[in-house]
Amino acid sequence: MSSAATTAPSVDKVDGFSRKSVRKARQKRAQSSSQFRSQDKPIELVQLPLLKDVSAQEQPELFLKKLQQCCTLFDFMETLSDLKMKEYKRSTLNELVDYVTLSRGYLTEQTYPEVVKMVSCNIFRTLPPSDSNEFDPEEDEPMLEASWPHLQLVYEFFIRFLESQEFQPSVAKKYIDQKFVLQLLELFDSEDPRERDCLKTVLHRIYGKFLGLRAFIRKQINNIFLCFVFETEHFNGVAELLEILGSIINGFALPLKAEHKQFLVKVLLPLHTVRSLSLFHAQLAYCIVQFLEKDPTLTEPVIRGLLKFWPKTCSQKEVMFLGELEEILDVIEPTQFVKIQELLFKQISRCVSSPHFQVAERALYYWNNEYIMSLIEENSSVILPIMFASLYRISKEHWNPAISALIYNVLKAFMEMNSALFDELAANYKSDRQRERKKDKEREDLWRKLEELELRRGVQNNRNDIEGE
Amino acid sequence: MAGAEGDDSLYPIAVLIDELRNEDVQLRLNSIKKLSTIALALGVERTRTELLPFLTDTIYDEDEVLLALAEQLGSFTVLVGGPEFVHCLLPPLESLATVEETVVRDKAVESLRKISQEHSPVDLEVHFVPLVKRLASGDWFTSRTSACGLFGVCYPRVSSTVKAEIRQHFRTLCSDDTPMVRRAASSKLGEFAKVLELDYVKSDIIPLFTALASDEQDSVRLLAVEAGVSIAALLPQEDLEDLVMPTLRQAAEDKSWRVRYMVADKFSELQKAVGPEITKNDLVPAFQNLLKDCEAEVRTAAANKVKVFCESLPEDSRETIIMTHILPCVKELVSDTNQHVKSALASVIMGLSTILGKDNTVEHLLPLFLVQLKDEYPEVRLNIISNLDCVNEVIGIRQLSQSLLPAIVELAEDAKWRVRLAIIEYMPLLAGQLGVEFFDEKLNSLCMAWLIDHVYAIREAATCNLMKLVEKFGAEWAQNTIVPKVLGMANDSNYLHRMTTLFCINALSEVCGQEITTKHMLPVVLKMSTDQVANVRFNVARCLQKIGPVLDSSALQAEVKPVLEKLATDQDMDVKYFALEAISVLALA
Repeated sequence: MSSAATTAPSVDKVDGFSRKSVRKARQKRAQSSSQFRSQDKPIELVQLPLLKDVSAQEQPELFLKKLQQCCTLFDFMETLSDLKMKEYKRSTLNELVDYVTLSRGYLTEQTYPEVVKMVSCNIFRTLPPSDSNEFDPEEDEPMLEASWPHLQLVYEFFIRFLESQEFQPSVAKKYIDQKFVLQLLELFDSEDPRERDCLKTVLHRIYGKFLGLRAFIRKQINNIFLCFVFETEHFNGVAELLEILGSIINGFALPLKAEHKQFLVKVLLPLHTVRSLSLFHAQLAYCIVQFLEKDPTLTEPVIRGLLKFWPKTCSQKEVMFLGELEEILDVIEPTQFVKIQELLFKQISRCVSSPHFQVAERALYYWNNEYIMSLIEENSSVILPIMFASLYRISKEHWNPAISALIYNVLKAFMEMNSALFDELAANYKSDRQRERKKDKEREDLWRKLEELELRRGVQNNRNDIEGE
Repeated sequence: MAGAEGDDSLYPIAVLIDELRNEDVQLRLNSIKKLSTIALALGVERTRTELLPFLTDTIYDEDEVLLALAEQLGSFTVLVGGPEFVHCLLPPLESLATVEETVVRDKAVESLRKISQEHSPVDLEVHFVPLVKRLASGDWFTSRTSACGLFGVCYPRVSSTVKAEIRQHFRTLCSDDTPMVRRAASSKLGEFAKVLELDYVKSDIIPLFTALASDEQDSVRLLAVEAGVSIAALLPQEDLEDLVMPTLRQAAEDKSWRVRYMVADKFSELQKAVGPEITKNDLVPAFQNLLKDCEAEVRTAAANKVKVFCESLPEDSRETIIMTHILPCVKELVSDTNQHVKSALASVIMGLSTILGKDNTVEHLLPLFLVQLKDEYPEVRLNIISNLDCVNEVIGIRQLSQSLLPAIVELAEDAKWRVRLAIIEYMPLLAGQLGVEFFDEKLNSLCMAWLIDHVYAIREAATCNLMKLVEKFGAEWAQNTIVPKVLGMANDSNYLHRMTTLFCINALSEVCGQEITTKHMLPVVLKMSTDQVANVRFNVARCLQKIGPVLDSSALQAEVKPVLEKLATDQDMDVKYFALEAISVLALA
């Protein structure tokens, strides 16, 4: 059964006119490339002998020649052009990969600039425009890099080169400099996940081997994130960069520098506000927990930050926040917990009474966590009064029976923890509600009076205007 | 200033501040939005001494609250006692201008710009400029970003020494090491250039422009393009070639498509700023390249500008330039691989006919129109059809009608209802240009078919379309061609179609006039009052209410009134409701 046969009639039903346009559904341009197509005429490369076929003495020179040849770029949007030469470059690149993996003594000083030049020529390019302005990485298929058959090998070659035992950072740093790193970081915006994966390894190696570039790399990642959060909300490689940062943070020395704390509070926390959080939330939460494991005193600012950015309208994000919070609570120190428990449980009390059952459910699962339970039990005299009203109200009126059941368990747990306080709160529930209502009414009265005052002033001013004329 | 002081006993500040501190964000937000009321209650004195310090200290809040605060403070001058006290508003706004969230910061800057105008020149130097300097040398990028937007508003009103300092600060920010600040500086460069003395534009702004336009980040470079346009407009013609053109030429060939896109997008402004000579020598080739760019985004932006660019070419060489340089590129774009490019072109290409005149249009443009009318993408065809009026003026629409018809028919039956909706909207225009005979023969049946479309929006638009056609062709035409068909639908088995009859009558009664309405439409409406579907019945009531004013009083009393009275006793509550409403509106009770 072909899919065309099954879809056509349903279109008919929905819409009186079915003739065309349907078959033209969207032909997705799955591949793209923004290399400048400078060459009009076919490219000719002189076929060089294989490296293994020449003597050891001749190899270094031939290696350089091959590197130079590989600087030639091909247009992969033209699928039929230069087929032979494309294949030749592919096999040459393959050969180069093997060569840097297996050979010894090939890395002379003059090879460094040539390697970096070849890599730069191939990978550094302006990324093509996204197919749609509203590219949604969750919904849309990513656009794949057309020149990947070559690009992949170039990346592989470069990674082997960086990982090679003969590789000397002290020589390479002349060529792999700040400008190089900056261009490398820009490529993380590539829509092609395969490319971002390669870039991740490359950047990781560079961060590991070039101590002089570390601060610069961190700063530029900062800038990318800030621009992403506060300006564009668009950058494809956030998850990959966070993954690298996760291991970088792991290696931070104690006590943490002010720069690192600032990064946590001013960059990582605001990342939570981005619409596409789900794409990098796991990596982000990992970074945050890394920080807290290093320095528990950061718990308070982190939790305050999360509460500040707590999602108001997006339930999916709220569930993610609750998940992250649980990860934090898993490693929290009891002394830190006491500092933020009030603020924290005010939010949790709002979550358990959320009409969205997934949010309520996620929050109620905290009570299945033994460590969190022990913290709650120790501080039940503070937490119970905060939670009680929501739980009590919701236990009677939540639409979802599963939630009601969970609430019942939580209430039961509280009752066992501190029955005296529980009974007191239950007894006062009604009068507390009345007090709240009275307060609301007072507020309304206040504002009404204020508005009357404003009206009166307005009338007065008008009269003054008229008298003034 | 009678009554400028608030009443302590009624509105103790503690209560008001309590409101601003409320645990519930929504209540806090509400209070902040009514901040002016609170200030009014407190009076100017206490607003200055108690409320503003409180606001300055509690700047840590939800961004939404801060945004409301930033906005409020921009119109707070009166509430603190007028221009002589306006500087009290600076401390809270200064803090707001440093927060992370862009919307808040931008709003704070907007408010600061607004109140800067209310400062006396002395206050500006004593209070405002120091604030700008503090922001400009802040640690975190946010304050420096905000500073960029404030230089331009104070520069014209301060002494020359302060001016020199301001220029120095701006220079520093242009080479800031965070790209966010350079972007902000780049986007304000044009505005700042406008308030500078011409000599300083040349000595200060030009080097900054050149540097920003060759920044390592394309997001900075592309903002410099716009600045370049503003700067070019400020300089005398003889300086343009040396000072800005090399940079602009480089931007048009930038390796990043975003920068080239920006050049294409700003092309008309650029053309205006540099004048006819440079346009002829430099912009024409640059424009050709943009039309042939390898990225569709750039070609789309350039294609959008084809008409405006050609229109503004110097008259003496306009036709030659278009024919030899622009038209060949346009011809290629007609068969571009990207639909957005073709669609952009289709929306402007017809405009070329007025510029090129009849003969050229027939010889060179007409074939292109015809190709685009057959394009595979409906949007392209639609754009051509929607601009037919330009061609009509030059060569008359008849030349096109052979190709036009199949294109219209195809769009009229497109599977996407939005496409159908779009073509309906052009029907009255087309009908006017094609004439009544052609219309009756070829298009009338389409217009009637839309009345029974599956999508309500189409039926609704079709109804409205009929009204416009009648306005064009007159009541007699209506009576002969469309009214019988519309009324025929009253007997359709589908209640939605029966309702369409009523909707059409609603739309048509006024343009058709009393006679047709009373004689032909009213009997049908009345007969439908016994329809078995309640929705039809209450629409009868609504329809009667609508056409009532067109009828004379005897028809109202004798025919409409009894029917409405009967409907008013209907068992369906909606029918009853609308019947009673109609009775009262038509004063038949």
